Amino acid sequence: MPTMLEVSGLGHTYKTKDGVHNAIGDVSFTVNAGELVCVVGPSGCGKSTLLRTISGLITPTVGEVLLHGDPVRGVPADLAVVFQDYSRSLFPWLSVQRNVEFPLRTRVSARAERRERAREALEWVGLSAAGGKYPWQLSGGMQQRVAIARALASRPSLLLMDEPFASVDAQTRFELEDLLLRVRAEHDSTVLLVTHDIDESVYLGDRVLVLSKSPGSITTDLDVNLPDERDQITTRASSEFVELRSEVARLLHGGEPATRPSPSVPDTAANDRFLAAERAETHSTSDT
Amino acid sequence: MSWFGKFAYRWVVFVGIVVVWQLATAAADDPFFPPPSTIANTIYHLWLSGPGSQLFLTDTVYDDVFASIGRILLGWAIAAVIGVAIGVLLGRSRTAMDYVNPLFAFARSVPSPALVPVFLVLLDIGTPAQLATIVFGVVWPILMNTVDGVRSVDPIKEETARAFRLSRGQWLLGVVLPAAAPKIFAGLRVSLSLSLVLMVISELVASRNGIGLQMLIAQRAFDYPAMWAGIVLLGVLGYLFNTVLLMVENRALSWQPERHTGH
Ligand SMILES: Nc1ncnc2c1ncn2[C@@H]1O[C@H](COP(=O)(O)OP(=O)(O)O)[C@@H](O)[C@H]1O
Ligand SMILES: [Mg+2]
Repeated sequence: MPTMLEVSGLGHTYKTKDGVHNAIGDVSFTVNAGELVCVVGPSGCGKSTLLRTISGLITPTVGEVLLHGDPVRGVPADLAVVFQDYSRSLFPWLSVQRNVEFPLRTRVSARAERRERAREALEWVGLSAAGGKYPWQLSGGMQQRVAIARALASRPSLLLMDEPFASVDAQTRFELEDLLLRVRAEHDSTVLLVTHDIDESVYLGDRVLVLSKSPGSITTDLDVNLPDERDQITTRASSEFVELRSEVARLLHGGEPATRPSPSVPDTAANDRFLAAERAETHSTSDT
Repeated sequence: MSWFGKFAYRWVVFVGIVVVWQLATAAADDPFFPPPSTIANTIYHLWLSGPGSQLFLTDTVYDDVFASIGRILLGWAIAAVIGVAIGVLLGRSRTAMDYVNPLFAFARSVPSPALVPVFLVLLDIGTPAQLATIVFGVVWPILMNTVDGVRSVDPIKEETARAFRLSRGQWLLGVVLPAAAPKIFAGLRVSLSLSLVLMVISELVASRNGIGLQMLIAQRAFDYPAMWAGIVLLGVLGYLFNTVLLMVENRALSWQPERHTGH
């Protein structure tokens, strides 16, 4: 598989009023075409910063990002971003259809084609009937689907997603996760998704990159050897899944990578403490 | 409630007061307070008794009333263009506003009517001086509201716009202005009422025509019904302007949940 994204030695330091803040340490990884890679890390470890530098929204202090082998300076044309906060990233003065259509102006000059592409993208996410509505007339999960459609409409070669399902309820999150898996299978998309949700990273990813606490750097690059067909009930109940999530939890907690392939023996007490802490954090920060 | 029922409900107090006013002024018989019926009659003779070729409007409607309305709308429109343009520029710049703020605070505090003598020296008596008075007086609410609205654009929308590589024009017209529109409209409404006030004041001081001048002439000639007719006309104009602008605003901002009607 050809390499889509190559990140090497990436680090970013914010300059703030009261000094400097090192948000990401030293991050290197590659994403191949057609892969769905999840980056998992605790809140504040620099996940959003990582995506911002990869998308060219900010210039990293050190290191390099290559997309199709070309260095990223400014936002590349064939990259799209889905933000966590759909209600703030959608344009409330535009209908759903127009929200999807509007950004296409930079690449499609014919109005009719923009309309057609937006209609198509809304169909992919199952929102064909909602085109005429305003975002506030939809539920949170549906709004995030609009944001996903907006990103897909430009047919990006790389889709970046910043905790896209962190602000919706659990039931909706499962639906959106399956929607993402279906859409990426149908379109052979390459996706880089960051999340603080361990289960989500394992459920969605072909690979999981584990970020350490701030300043984040990648401690482990874990292959997810689950079947491509995933199911919220059976996959999550499978022993492979349970093992993987324990492994990720252990790594997040500062554990050393297990020498694979020997199955790891999880430190269950530590896992449970970590998972409980993560859950508490998810609830307290879910609206930020 | 039926449409008529609603209408009657909203206007009942108004009609009641006119009736009481009619009875009181008829009883008092004071030349300074003519009854509404006399004022209505004067309005008819002054403005609505023209020939059919002029849509039954008299010459003075064309010479004075339309001149005044023209000044209000032109002055307000100029102020709107200047206020929104400068407001967007200043609102998007982090430091520019800090530099000009003291200047603006001072300029805004100068009452526009006080500048009429200055404008009279600099400009021609008549429309130029009046337009200058109106523009200078009403540009501030539009400008300050635009700055406010433009500054309140959500940083996540800014990041979204950059992520989609929107051009500068698409960003300003497609994101910044719509996001600031509710604030801008609030400024426009304040300014429109203020335009009417400044139009009258500037015409009372220095004018060759206009509603204000005609009211001054009527007052000096002790023609009190004509003076009251002018007051009623100004009230009607103010009401109409505000109603039309509200309709435009409700249409332009119909995406807001609180204004949304049907779908
Ligand atoms: N624009 C910024 N300026 C200064 N510090 C920032 C900025 N954005 C984020 N940070 C800081 O950098 C760290 C990482 O932030 P972020 O990338 O948002 O983490 P995450 O997305 O993993 O929660 C946090 O401590 C945050 O406070
Ligand atoms: Mg984040």
